[in-house]
Amino acid sequence: MKKANVKNYKSDQEVRWCAGCGDFAVLNAVYKAMAEMNIPTEDIAVVSGIGCSSRFPYYMGTYGFHGIHGRAPAISSGVKVANPKLSVWQITGDGDALAIGGNHFIHVVRRNIDINLILFNNQIYGLTKGQYSPTSKMGAKTKSSPFGTVEQPFNPGELVIGARGKFFARVVDANIKMCTEIFKEAEKHKGLSVVEVLQNCVIFNEGIYNFINDKKERSDRQIFLKDNQAMIFGKNKDKGLMIDGFKLKVVEIGKNGITEDDILIHDAQEKDTALHNALINMRSPEFPIAMGVIRAVKENHYDDLVEKQIKEVQEKTSIKNMDDLLCSGSVWEVK
Amino acid sequence: MSKKIDTIVLEEVVIRFSGDSGDGMQLIGTQFSNTSALVGKDVSTFPDYPAEIRAPQGTVGGVSGFQLNFGSKAIKTPGDFADVLVAMNPAALKANARWVKEGGTIIVDSDTFNKKNFKKAKFKSEKPFEELNLEDRNIIKSPISFLTKETLKDMGMTTKNVLRSKNMFTLGIIYWLFNETLDVSINFFKKKFKKLPKIAKANEMALKAGFNYAETIEALPRNYKVAPAPIKKGFYRNISGNIATAWGLIAGAERADLKLFLGSYPITPASEILQELTGRKDLGVKAFQAEDEIAGICTAIGASFAGNLGVTSTSGPGLALKGEAIGLAVITELPLVIVNVQRGGPSTGLPTKTEQSDLMQALYGRNGESPAVVIAATTPSDCFYYAYEACRIAVEHMTPVILLTDGFLANGSEPWRIPKMSELPKIKPPFAKIGEKYFPYKRELDKLNRKWAIPGAKGLEHRIGGLEKMEITGTVSYVPENHEVMSKQRAEKVKRVENFIPELKIYGDEDADLLIVGWGGTYGHLLTALNEMREDGKKIALAHFNYIAPLPKNTFDVLSKFKKIVVAELNLGQFASYLRMNFPSLEYLQYNKIQGLPFTVVELKENFNKILETK
Repeated sequence: MKKANVKNYKSDQEVRWCAGCGDFAVLNAVYKAMAEMNIPTEDIAVVSGIGCSSRFPYYMGTYGFHGIHGRAPAISSGVKVANPKLSVWQITGDGDALAIGGNHFIHVVRRNIDINLILFNNQIYGLTKGQYSPTSKMGAKTKSSPFGTVEQPFNPGELVIGARGKFFARVVDANIKMCTEIFKEAEKHKGLSVVEVLQNCVIFNEGIYNFINDKKERSDRQIFLKDNQAMIFGKNKDKGLMIDGFKLKVVEIGKNGITEDDILIHDAQEKDTALHNALINMRSPEFPIAMGVIRAVKENHYDDLVEKQIKEVQEKTSIKNMDDLLCSGSVWEVK
Repeated sequence: MSKKIDTIVLEEVVIRFSGDSGDGMQLIGTQFSNTSALVGKDVSTFPDYPAEIRAPQGTVGGVSGFQLNFGSKAIKTPGDFADVLVAMNPAALKANARWVKEGGTIIVDSDTFNKKNFKKAKFKSEKPFEELNLEDRNIIKSPISFLTKETLKDMGMTTKNVLRSKNMFTLGIIYWLFNETLDVSINFFKKKFKKLPKIAKANEMALKAGFNYAETIEALPRNYKVAPAPIKKGFYRNISGNIATAWGLIAGAERADLKLFLGSYPITPASEILQELTGRKDLGVKAFQAEDEIAGICTAIGASFAGNLGVTSTSGPGLALKGEAIGLAVITELPLVIVNVQRGGPSTGLPTKTEQSDLMQALYGRNGESPAVVIAATTPSDCFYYAYEACRIAVEHMTPVILLTDGFLANGSEPWRIPKMSELPKIKPPFAKIGEKYFPYKRELDKLNRKWAIPGAKGLEHRIGGLEKMEITGTVSYVPENHEVMSKQRAEKVKRVENFIPELKIYGDEDADLLIVGWGGTYGHLLTALNEMREDGKKIALAHFNYIAPLPKNTFDVLSKFKKIVVAELNLGQFASYLRMNFPSLEYLQYNKIQGLPFTVVELKENFNKILETK
């Protein structure tokens, strides 16, 4: 099949993010993923909440709905359940998804509705100009925490696991190729797919991901996980992950008698959450940051179960329309 | 061999069943109404139950009641005061004493009238009837618990299970008293307990035992007969307001050829709408029980965007939570129906009681200039018609519509002549045409609605949302003049609904000395007061509103004809204030009640007569 043109997925609106914002790269990766998968533009609905990233639908040449703060998971749930043929994408940020919309976020994950949820995590409120968010690191000095925050941040992936999520992936905005590839994986997965994008806010949180993103060092500071492949990373592919008791540890291949065979093989389809959770929680500088599809477990999804239930009930019932319903049960005639 | 008994013919009778929440009073109330309706009487019912599921047994707070009014004439209310009160324990007697007519009959389960229960019900003495000044009533003390146990002693059931049937024994007494057939209830047991034949049998035995007991005892020297009411020919069923609402929504979607999507969160007294629609998968209804009220409405908005008819149901506190999202539906101009089953407020207020105090919230409870259509149902069965109307207006005018019902309508029931779907006009969604260039905010000339483009349709891709949009093109716009244009267009669109709704009509005398104005669920009481006052020779009229925003076009013409206007409502005067704002040149008197209870016809008449006497 011929690939669709990326241009088809763009709207005629000028993209209005700050120069240097990580959102541009993500937008381009979404265009590319959709084009490469050749999804008809009319079959795509992009839904968002409020925040910088939530302007996203306006830049799409697809159907789009810009909702209200935090409620996009509910809106996109309604879109998908009402019209399950659509490819539904939900765009959200760390404040939108995890603060005001925290409740909707965990429930859309729990219900496992077939939506691709792209979570832009820049650890800051951008649109309201620089207040700390639920993912800001403890001690972060921001406009609303001049002396540093005194609260623990969420780790989005951990929340996904806690809400019994079936798909979680992590990417970084600077890597368009990785973003494109992972967005395609999210679209292919049936059920709710959360993709956390580590995204740079050039104005209010410039450089928070510089350490893991440093061009020279990033292959040592990130590990791109692939299903069924060994968890090996590093410039020279000489580092790997192993289990040490209940914890992960970084080892060097070729030292202390460790060979490639000792390195863990990534199994994204494993139902048990323990190792996925450990991978999600790896922190710099002790560990590389886990990228790619960390968890992708096949499971029945809500929208499909609803359709099946309707079909089952309709096959059995004698009530085929409203007139039938009105005349069902206890009815009498007055002559 | 039965004794010779005087049978007295009555025009209408009010019965009130009361007992502990677990005594099954709602069930026997419903059974008696079904039987009455099936044999052709007109019936109106009103359940009155506590917010606690099972408050401590025997306490006044845990008393559950069910009142019904049936008669051989048109019955418009469940009645003010009861001809017969059934009280299953002293607490029930205490809670309901004020509702028994002078000269009325009180039937109590004498086995529960003991020291322990007097104490629980906080009686000061052991003479409850004296203490409540009920001595002039016809009091029948029946050992209902004992006789039920005797009746079922050979059934091999536990005492607890046996006593569950005492409500049926009681129902048997009432059936005898009003000369009603037992067949309807016996058939009900057979159906309901198909898999538990023993329970069905026990209930039937208790019912018959109660009937026979009543026939035998001297305490009931006569029974009564209520003739069938003159009712229009046709097929009938009993229907409650909440079920009628749920069905009206399905009917609206069916007549619009749209799929119905409900997003909702359980809340008293609206949950039944959610429950009914979750059970209607046979008709393809998708009902989504959301994580909260906000998600309820937001899923419905998403569904409407995706081409379904989105609906959400709630009660007052839920409407407050939905405010921001209603604004989203206002600015995105999507069809959306919001059902608000009003209850006593503010805050949690009186969850199981009725009130009309969400009117201002429905009209104005949102940020910004946020016009929405507001309509109200007036009887349990016409909830069906107004739910359909809400769908019609929402779809054809591309706007959120708030439908106000209340706890009284929601839980009340009445016989209803079943309509044919073909009697309801088709609803025509203003779909955008495939193949034409689509402008999301280009309006149609008559209604000012925008057109609806459904995702999946090629070439109609577009983006809408909560930010202000440029007229016609629908791109995001901060142009000051455009905001004013769009604000005015949204307001004008809602106003123009007035061209598509019926005019206000008047019941009673065109040249009345007093015009009663009401809206929503008080219709039955106001109409009954009106009819009774006219029978007394008073010149009086009633204007009852279903359409509130916009008001019917002829509202001012109608109101301005009358010398005196009294606005009667179950709040502190919200509709009166709204009329003052719209038509400031008129003077409005008010009659308000805010007790979580419906009006009584008696108090209405008393008040209206006073107004008539005042010069």
